[in-house]
Amino acid sequence: MENRETLNRNLAQMLKGGVIMDVTTPEQAKIAEAAGACAVMALEKIPADIRAAGGVARMSDPKMIKSIQQAVSIPVMAKCRIGHFVEAQILEAIEIDYIDESEVLTPADDIYHIDKRKFKVPFVCGARDLGEALRRINEGATMIRTKGEPGTGDVIQAVRHLRKMQSEIRRIKSLSEDELYEAAKQLQVPFDLVNFVHENGKLPVVNFAAGGVATPADAALMMQLGAEGVFVGSGIFKSGNPEKRAQAIVKAVTNYDKPEMLAELSEDLGGAMVGINEQEIQLLMAERGK
Amino acid sequence: MKIAILALQGAFEEHRQTLLKLGVESFFVRNLSDYQCQKDGIIIPGGESTTILKLLNDLNIFEPLKQDIENGLPVFGTCAGLIMLDDKHLGTMDITVKRNAYGRQLGSFFFEGDFDGIDGKIPMTFIRAPFIEKCGEGVKILSIVNGNIVAAQQERQLVTAFHPELNEDLRVHEYFLQEVVKVN
Repeated sequence: MENRETLNRNLAQMLKGGVIMDVTTPEQAKIAEAAGACAVMALEKIPADIRAAGGVARMSDPKMIKSIQQAVSIPVMAKCRIGHFVEAQILEAIEIDYIDESEVLTPADDIYHIDKRKFKVPFVCGARDLGEALRRINEGATMIRTKGEPGTGDVIQAVRHLRKMQSEIRRIKSLSEDELYEAAKQLQVPFDLVNFVHENGKLPVVNFAAGGVATPADAALMMQLGAEGVFVGSGIFKSGNPEKRAQAIVKAVTNYDKPEMLAELSEDLGGAMVGINEQEIQLLMAERGK
Repeated sequence: MKIAILALQGAFEEHRQTLLKLGVESFFVRNLSDYQCQKDGIIIPGGESTTILKLLNDLNIFEPLKQDIENGLPVFGTCAGLIMLDDKHLGTMDITVKRNAYGRQLGSFFFEGDFDGIDGKIPMTFIRAPFIEKCGEGVKILSIVNGNIVAAQQERQLVTAFHPELNEDLRVHEYFLQEVVKVN
């Protein structure tokens, strides 16, 4: 029997071991594809510039997204605001491959996320811990990513979120069956989802790392911590040599546990994005949408 | 028997799990030294074909893989793996392939279809899938869905446009091991 949710989880499985890159123009999309990106995220401004510009950040112009869809053959994703189901309807109308209901944009609803089960196109959502991840999956997300702290080039938050998720998964796995009911209550998610994590030791959907990844070493770090792939936003096109850095990050995600190879491909990449330290951040995007 | 699984990008873990259920040993190929290990066959999984091609080239696996397949190394390509064997990529199989043949993710679908050489229906998951537009005389067509060729074999090369590794059904992998690898 055909099941959209399964097909949408399956597409995320095909992206595993890959790098999804933020791009703002068809030219950048082509550079990303040629460098080996497994998908691109089409948006008007990368997170670092959204951060710098301030103001309300919204869904990108569909015309700009369509120009990127025409430029590349790999899947194209785009972001809508948390809770803004009409932006999601518009993205579905232009046949986007994946919608990111993203905290990078200004939330449109401070209580409700989008009911993602009403859509045929798949959704990826950010999460800082297991509870958030399972709540988004319950709403119909078919892929999860850490929130990290977008547009900073500082990987600390992505590390924190992934470690937290992994350690909570290990804890759920170790619980006895009668303790799972209480765990479901604490996490504010249905028992079935908690039981899945208990039995399988992982999320029922693919889990990527995102937010602050700027170097091949950052990407490999996230992979060694258990991410199944990596989103790179500002890290590539805010750096000195985007093409070379993009290629290096792609290779680092494939051979994330080979330090000799990582050393070689970390050479001569030019300047990384300058970034902002965690303590200097004015606006914590990861706090949006729990 | 030991099967290599190309693990540059994509759904390689799913193939390992399927082989595990069949009691067959496998290992991942992420670089040239992995590739050079002894193997009785290789699986090229689904994923993004542009990414897999780029990494095959950059990691210097493209040429040895092409040579080995031409010299009879049994290979099973699913989705992007099918594309990799066509006339525009490794060129080891006499097939012309249409990529993203059903459009974007909204065109992805599930079907239960016939597969020549296997009894009963096979569950077939198509994700942004390709199909075979044209194939040469030496290619045996194994499955047609909605008028399009979605599985084929040319001597020791087996390809499917769908993903048998995403379903619980083990029969297509069994077919690969029994009819294509054929190790005594």
